[in-house]
Amino acid sequence: MFNKIQKFIFSDILNNRIILAYTLLLAVLSWSVFNIEDDGNKGVLTLLNIILLTTPLVSIIFTAIYLYNSAEFIELLLSQPVNRGKIWTGLFLGLLSSLVFAFLLGAGIPIIIYVRGSIGLILLGTGLMITAIFVSLGFLCTILTRDKARGIGISILLWLFFSLLFDGLVLFLLFQFAEYPIEHAMVGVTALNPIDLARIFIILQLDVSAMLGYTGAIFKDFFGTGLGAAIGFLLLCLWVMIPFLISRRMFIRKDL
Amino acid sequence: MIEIQNVSKNFGKLEVLKHIDLTCEAGQCIALIGPNGCGKTTLIKCILGMVIPTEGNIRFKGKDISNDYAYRHDIGYMPQVGRYPDNMTIGQVFDMIRDIRSVKETLDEELVEKFALRDMREKKMRTLSGGTVQKVSASLSFLFTPEVLILDEPTAGLDPLASEILKEKIIREKGKGKLVLITSHLLSELDDLVTHIIMMQEGEIRFFMPVTELKNATHTDSLAKAITHILKRDDV
Repeated sequence: MFNKIQKFIFSDILNNRIILAYTLLLAVLSWSVFNIEDDGNKGVLTLLNIILLTTPLVSIIFTAIYLYNSAEFIELLLSQPVNRGKIWTGLFLGLLSSLVFAFLLGAGIPIIIYVRGSIGLILLGTGLMITAIFVSLGFLCTILTRDKARGIGISILLWLFFSLLFDGLVLFLLFQFAEYPIEHAMVGVTALNPIDLARIFIILQLDVSAMLGYTGAIFKDFFGTGLGAAIGFLLLCLWVMIPFLISRRMFIRKDL
Repeated sequence: MIEIQNVSKNFGKLEVLKHIDLTCEAGQCIALIGPNGCGKTTLIKCILGMVIPTEGNIRFKGKDISNDYAYRHDIGYMPQVGRYPDNMTIGQVFDMIRDIRSVKETLDEELVEKFALRDMREKKMRTLSGGTVQKVSASLSFLFTPEVLILDEPTAGLDPLASEILKEKIIREKGKGKLVLITSHLLSELDDLVTHIIMMQEGEIRFFMPVTELKNATHTDSLAKAITHILKRDDV
């Protein structure tokens, strides 16, 4: 039954101006990156950084704003004979599919045209995973508070944390424990940040990974193998599932 | 039809509903009145399963409604403020709700027709005025011929002509033996509509009685006068 809600949400969002602007932005950035850079690898790296900055931000903020604006509409859905879990899942799939669609249209087409081989697919896949993760986190932020301003504030903070603050903290830890062999622990720490996880995933596919130094070698040892890659992918999946499932559980018990 | 047994609801320390007991039967048209913040909307939301009571239980046609959602097939709800996804058209909203309900039986499109919504099918929700959105909400609540109608401030924001159409519709549905639950502040509007009155105050039910009884007891001929009579008597 939730497919029905998803279908209508999807078509509603496709007409949304913010999503149109997001698609356009991704398209302009990716086309120009690939046209300016002759070196394919450099282009992938530049685009990777752009994607890892914009996609999480747009996904989490747009999700939060859309959900807050739909509060009365969600009430109306609740007054219909539908179970709550299905409404929440329908909203999630609707938002996710429209953002995924925007990403594929904006960044996906140039990536497929310009990037040869598996790296293009991996870049595409991580972009999609990052979208899903931050939509999921957006659902969690929205359910945590009824207040729109606070909810959007939390989502901006989360984005800031994963994009900037987390790396700062990791650097701080690295300097503090520079005397100790913490390379293996670093692999574990990365799992705590989906953006870093995605970044390492891509960088290891490129030649530049040699520049990561000894830690890079450990990363390569771990994520470079089939098992490591599978674990990395699994971790990204967990990042999608866990926040959403928590929010769904809270939604089912919530007073609206 | 709806039995509310000892229902309480607390939001934190705030007691919004205090041990409410209530039984509503088919054929009744009940006005739920009371000052702002007395718990009317919360009570309605409890019946709709949007708010989960802290204590007590609610039965719909004899079945407990907690952890159930199928019972809402028989309820049409018109919210106080309706808001719909901005970019959906009126037609899409109707299609979606029909899709969600997956109804096959014939629809009651009387209000859609009388409010002339059919000619506006292609209009997007964000371009509509508040009154037109209310018309959409009203038409939706009657569309699936539900046995119970729950209308939260139905005539607020409607123009006189539209609210007259809605009132006539309510009277007709009442005649078909449906249970209608209305909250409103406009007592004069309710006069020729309702058969029973529930007066709520600070989360408790002050009284629940037939309108005729109320008018007899207070020796008045209109609802507004009867209620003011009671409120004045309180002050003394």
